[in-house]
Amino acid sequence: MTLLVGIFFAVAIYLFLSQHIIRMLLGAAVLGNAVNLLIFTSGRLTLEIPPILTGYETTTGMLTANPLPQALILTAIVISFSFFAFLLVLSYRAYQELGTDDTDEMRFAEPENQDLPPLGY
Amino acid sequence: MASSEMTTIDLSAAMITQAPPLADWLVVAPLVLCMVLGAVLLMVRKDTQIQPVIAIPGLVALVLVDAALLAHVWMNGTVTMTMGRWLPPFGISFTVDILGALLTLTGGIAALAGGIFGAGDVNDSGRRYGFYPFLFLMMVGVSGAFLTGDIFNLYVWFEVLLISSFGLLILGSERGQIDGATKYAFLNLVATTLFLIATGYLYGIFGTLNMADIALKAQTMDDKAPMVTLVSMYLLAFGMKAAAFPANFWLPASYHTPRVVVSALFGGLLTKVGVYALIRVLLMLFPAERDLLGWVIALIAAATMVLGAMGALAQTDVRRMLGYLVISGIGVMLAGIALASPAGVAATVFYAVHSMIVMTALYLASGMAARASGSFSIAEPGGIYQSHVVLAGITLALFFAVSGLPPFSGFWPKALMVKASLDVGAWWLAAAILLTGFLTTIAVGRVWLLAYWRPAPAPPEETSMGGNGAAVTQPPALSPLLDFLPLVMLTALVVLIGVFPQKLIELSQIASEQLLNPAEYIKSVFPTGGLQ
Repeated sequence: MTLLVGIFFAVAIYLFLSQHIIRMLLGAAVLGNAVNLLIFTSGRLTLEIPPILTGYETTTGMLTANPLPQALILTAIVISFSFFAFLLVLSYRAYQELGTDDTDEMRFAEPENQDLPPLGY
Repeated sequence: MASSEMTTIDLSAAMITQAPPLADWLVVAPLVLCMVLGAVLLMVRKDTQIQPVIAIPGLVALVLVDAALLAHVWMNGTVTMTMGRWLPPFGISFTVDILGALLTLTGGIAALAGGIFGAGDVNDSGRRYGFYPFLFLMMVGVSGAFLTGDIFNLYVWFEVLLISSFGLLILGSERGQIDGATKYAFLNLVATTLFLIATGYLYGIFGTLNMADIALKAQTMDDKAPMVTLVSMYLLAFGMKAAAFPANFWLPASYHTPRVVVSALFGGLLTKVGVYALIRVLLMLFPAERDLLGWVIALIAAATMVLGAMGALAQTDVRRMLGYLVISGIGVMLAGIALASPAGVAATVFYAVHSMIVMTALYLASGMAARASGSFSIAEPGGIYQSHVVLAGITLALFFAVSGLPPFSGFWPKALMVKASLDVGAWWLAAAILLTGFLTTIAVGRVWLLAYWRPAPAPPEETSMGGNGAAVTQPPALSPLLDFLPLVMLTALVVLIGVFPQKLIELSQIASEQLLNPAEYIKSVFPTGGLQ
């Protein structure tokens, strides 16, 4: 499991280092899953019974699986999914408007060879 | 719930049995107000005339509620409210101390100024695409981040404000905006993911996400290696959010692209949330590990402020220069976190309040100046002093405030910070702060000289058109209510804080004591001493 998380992170970072937005998008998707698995493992992986109380007993009397990481991951999945959807649309618009998906060529907000501020009054 | 009533177990051991007193509901009031208004405004988003009519009173109400919350916290100490009746650390707590309440109030004031200015600045299409709903949802995120007492909840609020800020950033869908937003979005995605990774590790180490619980357990944690890793990751994640030096490049790439009122809100609010999170996590939760990393933070602080000021010197566009000034201010705030002495932290809190107000006002002023002179560039003489003498005067006051000259609000926190650094012998940090002030003064002074003081050249049409020349040179009208009111309001605050700083200094000192000695914070969450 740890190895898997490590591989996921490595792939995500490799993809993020690319110049092309489309690879960075894939990287973002992999990165989200890497973090989800990381939270899952940090909640300790055990083969215990589910933490559900049935009937009238107040405690189950034995170890139960940890339900919290699943709640955290669920939140993180929702957020990373909406993030990914937004980035996808934004990148598509960027490709349409700017005509490139190469980040080195995206210089519309910060044009190259900008004039220096005037040096005299 | 039905089954638990039939047994004889004592519910009060695990659940909250009594509703909190009425005044404590103030803790969630800013969030509820913003969320409801955001939803209402989303419903009426087609009706662009009615939006400001709902939004501006809503923002006034937000400021009042925030002020009431601050007064409540000031008089009664830290307040905690826990969601869903589960006792902390299982229920998600909202814990408000002076720092959180003070920053929420300042954020509310900045949002109010932005909301009023937006009524004149944002056009119908911008409103139809949801300027006001996004503004309110961003305030949900900002207020939530300042008020929450749970670290995973903090992550959620970060995402809420981030998603809304994306919406605000691309309002208008111009090429530069989409370009800037792409970089902003990806870099902030990496930063929040780092935050989430660190939170995952934190949960693995402590088994809890409640800040007060973490602060308690961190005191007894002996194993330094995982803790320092954890704190470094938080430092990087929040440093990216706050635009601290090695990770600051997204800010000047994007902050000058959106509408000027959006830049004002971003410059005033978003980076300060990153600083707030750094203060909370480094100073309150992990003070021992922060001490180990103190010199790293001090280096980052010095580099951020000096390079920010230098970047400001190299800009032709006023908005880009302001972006660098935001970064430079972040450096000064980080200096207080690096010092971690009560005086240094108090100066950081004070500076955060000052910076939120001044940066919002400066962006608004630059937008008005651009409307008056037709350009954001300082290479083209604007002649604003001739045409709009009041605006030029207000901007000069704000420029003095941002460079830290008395009698404006920037002077006191910088003076306190220099004194705090000299007290602990960090002379080079004090020198960096003074150098930053000097460079900032040059940068803003030049802007004022070139864009405001220098008379506008006579337009060539004037000679040929003869008598009609007066109509050509007539400056564009600035509405006294929608444009000047927010600016005058913020500038009045700047002067007021500058002339009567005692109350704010006192508040910052209380905030800093509460941070460095979190006993009151912990006691507020666990009245009986916690589940040990």
